[in-house]
Amino acid sequence: MPRDTLTGSRIRERRVMTGLKQSELAKRADISPSYLNLIEHNRRRIGGKLLVDIAHALGVEPGSLTEGAETALLANLREAATSAEMPEAELARVEEFAGRFPGWAGLLADSQRKIETLQHSVEALTDRLTHDPHLAASLHEMLSTVTAIRSAASILAEPGVIEPEWQRRFNRNIYEDSARLADTSRSLAQYLEESDSEASETNAPQDELDAVFQKVGFHLPALETPQADVDTVAADLGQGLSQAAKWLLQRTLVRYRTDARRMPLSDCADAVAASGSDPFALAARFGCDLASAMRRLAHLPEDILPDPVGLAICDGSGVTTFRKPLPEFPLPRLGAGCALWPLYRALARPMMVHVAVMQQSARAAARHRGFAISQPIGQAVAGEDVLFESHMLIVPEPKRDTSETVRRVGLTCRICPHPDCDARREPSIMVASAPRKL
Amino acid sequence: MSKQVLLIEDEPNIIEAISFILSRDGWSVKTHSNGADAVEMVKERRPDVLILDVMLPGKSGYDILRELRDDPDINGLPVLMLTARGQTKDREIAERAGCDAFMTKPFSNADVLETVRALAAK
Repeated sequence: MPRDTLTGSRIRERRVMTGLKQSELAKRADISPSYLNLIEHNRRRIGGKLLVDIAHALGVEPGSLTEGAETALLANLREAATSAEMPEAELARVEEFAGRFPGWAGLLADSQRKIETLQHSVEALTDRLTHDPHLAASLHEMLSTVTAIRSAASILAEPGVIEPEWQRRFNRNIYEDSARLADTSRSLAQYLEESDSEASETNAPQDELDAVFQKVGFHLPALETPQADVDTVAADLGQGLSQAAKWLLQRTLVRYRTDARRMPLSDCADAVAASGSDPFALAARFGCDLASAMRRLAHLPEDILPDPVGLAICDGSGVTTFRKPLPEFPLPRLGAGCALWPLYRALARPMMVHVAVMQQSARAAARHRGFAISQPIGQAVAGEDVLFESHMLIVPEPKRDTSETVRRVGLTCRICPHPDCDARREPSIMVASAPRKL
Repeated sequence: MSKQVLLIEDEPNIIEAISFILSRDGWSVKTHSNGADAVEMVKERRPDVLILDVMLPGKSGYDILRELRDDPDINGLPVLMLTARGQTKDREIAERAGCDAFMTKPFSNADVLETVRALAAK
């Protein structure tokens, strides 16, 4: 199975930090310097006893050599490779590539992200052209007018005698129709210009919202004061966003302020100091529901938490409506994540808290604890089914021996190597040669 | 006696131009601009060829065509459909509804004339 961490780079980094020569480390680990050199350049995979030996020789935990923050980079590179139908032999060298040419790898990953965004915007524009009633009506009007002009003009242009009275009529028709055409095309141009500036061309509204939080962070001091005003903050953060993204932002900020009022920052700090990133403890302390406590934890300043926490919220259709990814637990930008996540399992058993220790299959080491619950949204109405929304809090989990089951989950199917998975909805590029279970 | 064409179209200047070229070719041309009572009009006029626009006030050209095809009294009438959108989807809908010929705006006068002649000769 491919390992997607830059273990070799980390070994080299540690060795240089400790001031050890390559030959010296090779000797201590009982391998040849040239072999160590290949390992350090990510050109040979390493694991098992040799990894433990090298870690020992460097005086570090083996785990620290296999963990890193390159998951997102490697995931993006794999996405790029899928679209190019890269042969498996090449694909297996993705780590080596990222390790040897970090700049180029970053550039490629960025381009891949841009391509995805552009594809998305092309789809959105096609949708608009096909379904926009105003556009369809304008085009129909223009084509009708053009048809009338063309017919009348060709009657006048064709050889043969036409009576003066008919000539005058067709001349007048052409004159009228051309004026009408000018009006329609002017208003159409204006409409396109307006909608263009309004719906900031490229991104999905959710992407725009993500970009805002990436820029300002998930903790908003302006919403923590008792007199905080959502509209002011929304106006400030929403500059340059499309109408749809502004709507999403407003909704998120209203929730933020409601949560912040129920769970004031100083009390949260005490709660976290006492019991860590524990949504149950927070919910119990403030007497609120678990989903609110999860959101509150995700929006607390990172320096009061033991580790930054992630959060994903999805609606009943499984579409992600809020994303706070972690470096070691990325959340897919487009489409849904892994059906094995407690986030989605919770939808099947509303109001029950699903807790699972997860280890992403595509990663060598990182573990996270996921807390998920699906709760009703909106007011209860007699005789009506309620709608549910699912929250999943993602808390980094130290790697240690545990009697708990560690669930192997993926990010998205395409880049997940999990060989026999019932939740698979798309073939993986990582197990291309393995027999498929249908 | 000259053959009769019925043109159902709501754009006055298109009506005028098509009427002119067909009349000049020796056809007797009747026109109608409303979709709602178009089927009755067809049954009353009994034209040799029908030219039918898709976007009409009251009822769409597709619906009118389906009603005509369902009526054993008139279902053999040759029909030329006109539409302002030339997507394959529109052509498919028109063909499934049972049109004999299909033209997208803007069309040329010569094509209309040729198609109407061909339909009448069937």
